[in-house]
Amino acid sequence: MTPDLKPQAQPEAHITVRDLTMAYGDFVIQHDLNFMVRRGDIFIIMGGSGCGKSTLLRHLIGLKPPAKGQVYFDDISFWEAEPEEQETIKRGFGMLFQSGALWSSLTLAENVALPLGEYTGLSPAEIGEIVSLKLALVGLAGFEEFYPAEISGGMQKRAGLARAMALDPDILFFDEPSAGLDPISSRRLDDLILELRESLGATIVVVTHELASIFTIGNNSVFLDPESRTMIAGGDPKILRTESADPKVRSFLNRGEP
Amino acid sequence: MTNPADTPIRQASVGYTQPEADCLLVRLAGSWTLKEGIPSIDEFSRRITGKTPIRQIRFDGRDITRWDTSLLAFLTRLMGQARQQGMTPDLDGLPEGVRRLLDLAAAVPPKQNTGRGDTQTGMIAQIGAITLEYLRGAPEMVRFLGEVTLSFGRLLRGKAQFRRTDLLLIIQDVGPQALPIVSLISFLVGLIVAYMGAVQLAQFGAQIYIANLVGIGMVREMGALMTGIIMAGRTGASFAAQLGTMQVNEEIDAFRTLGISPMDFLVMPRMLALIFVMPLLTLYSDLVGMLAGLLVAKTTFDIGTFEYYHQTVHALDLTQFAVGISKGTTYGILIAIAGCLRGMQCGRSAQAVGEATTSAVVTSILFIVVAASVLTIIYQQLGI
Ligand SMILES: Nc1ncnc2c1ncn2[C@@H]1O[C@H](COP(=O)(O)OP(=O)(O)OP(=O)(O)O)[C@@H](O)[C@H]1O
Ligand SMILES: [Mg+2]
Repeated sequence: MTPDLKPQAQPEAHITVRDLTMAYGDFVIQHDLNFMVRRGDIFIIMGGSGCGKSTLLRHLIGLKPPAKGQVYFDDISFWEAEPEEQETIKRGFGMLFQSGALWSSLTLAENVALPLGEYTGLSPAEIGEIVSLKLALVGLAGFEEFYPAEISGGMQKRAGLARAMALDPDILFFDEPSAGLDPISSRRLDDLILELRESLGATIVVVTHELASIFTIGNNSVFLDPESRTMIAGGDPKILRTESADPKVRSFLNRGEP
Repeated sequence: MTNPADTPIRQASVGYTQPEADCLLVRLAGSWTLKEGIPSIDEFSRRITGKTPIRQIRFDGRDITRWDTSLLAFLTRLMGQARQQGMTPDLDGLPEGVRRLLDLAAAVPPKQNTGRGDTQTGMIAQIGAITLEYLRGAPEMVRFLGEVTLSFGRLLRGKAQFRRTDLLLIIQDVGPQALPIVSLISFLVGLIVAYMGAVQLAQFGAQIYIANLVGIGMVREMGALMTGIIMAGRTGASFAAQLGTMQVNEEIDAFRTLGISPMDFLVMPRMLALIFVMPLLTLYSDLVGMLAGLLVAKTTFDIGTFEYYHQTVHALDLTQFAVGISKGTTYGILIAIAGCLRGMQCGRSAQAVGEATTSAVVTSILFIVVAASVLTIIYQQLGI
């Protein structure tokens, strides 16, 4: 193989959001969002409660079409692509929903196994092994045969994470992964997220309020403002914390201290 | 705060004095608790809008023995009133805690625009809104039907993905588990038809025709209709509740993100289960109804079992069964559609699940009634 002689360019854009306006009916949640997530980024979506972070995720994972604007994956505009192409793009996603969203009629093992069964040619025995491995990664070894209703909220969240990781996705979306976790688990989750990025090279998009997580894992971000209904900052949160021009952003990143 | 044991607990009281001509002193005393309600501020309004102009409002709260939110509510109301008149009361005389809480409440940013205005509208406007709501629902229903058809196409080509075990579980749930209630209702309907008919037929000495009446009535119409209505309440509601809850838990979104069609995975097995079960249940209901007819004939009119059987067989042919079963199956499909449609349209709250369930039953029964009429007319026209 010839060595790659291209100059080491900037890390390429993986997700690009252009002029995105999100609305429920006529009620605009956020307008004119423009940002870019590079391959391998851990990208944080921040902002006060109710400003539209979960809604933004729903636009990114193809659940809700934008009122206006585009979402590009590499250079394919998702909402203008053919349904088949959309399916292919979506297959590269893993998503952890805010509520966990485990399928309640299936056991934890079946929850994680379902995507594997649908999209791989693995034998049931192999799937079983992978399922155990994924559950062990999130600290749920031995809970294979439990139903979602039989485990705690924090455990459901972790099982949801195991399911999101099932297909080793290209992009992982997390909606408030550490809400409802104790400090130790929440710390372990951060480590796991960093590990996933290192080992799989996945791009990770996280909605979170945890300042500790934001600074440990995040290297890029967008800040949504509920009052002006648009983004008011973007970039590395560690830098934003001290250098953002907007006092609201600084205050958020310093727990309300100016 | 004074120890309530020393002072007898007095009721909350408000007094107004005017130490200077343009200054109103509000004297608060006693025990302010929500249990005793919130005193009115009428007197206050009268004073500040009275003839002598007031420029200053002060408080004296030294005699307050205890207080809770009732005092805060009273003060908030009072201050709102004062602000309308362009005055800012001086809170210094109030207990420290009260002042802090009032500051905190005032620090909350003004109510945000949530895109939801006041919806105080007249009746006509409301009727209009409800009509529009229904009209908006129509394309959604058509779209759902389209998706169901596409999904059915995938199923026929063997491409729809769902778990066989799910299908079997649903069949178990909608079929065998429904037998007791179907038996009960069908028996009752058979009994009623037999009695009502028998009384009339007896006048002509034609009791034996009970067999024809019950047989044709049950097989062509009542068996399918009764089963349909039972299933609408039992299964349509349960489908809507199941899918609605999955909608609330974001479980359906989780399917979509994985590229698994909730139509294939959730709606198809439910549809298939009803398509499979409804003919059987209808047939079962027919037989139970006729059994009830036999019972009436035997006990009340002394008609022999064999005689009744013979008469029934004579009255019915396979076409009658085909008509009844085709109706039953149609109702089954409609129930599955209505239940799943309402479930998939469900909002994201427990309240919404309740509404989806109700709406599923209403929609199912509406569909059944329309289908029953249309099918009866068609069969009549075709002469079957
Ligand atoms: N289905 C819906 N229909 C109408 N409005 C909605 C709907 N879902 C959310 N909203 C509105 O959209 C706004 C953003 O909601 P979203 O769930 O995205 O907030 P969020 O930033 O994720 O908040 P949190 O941090 O509390 O999870 C809210 O103001 C809410 O009122
Ligand atoms: Mg959210």
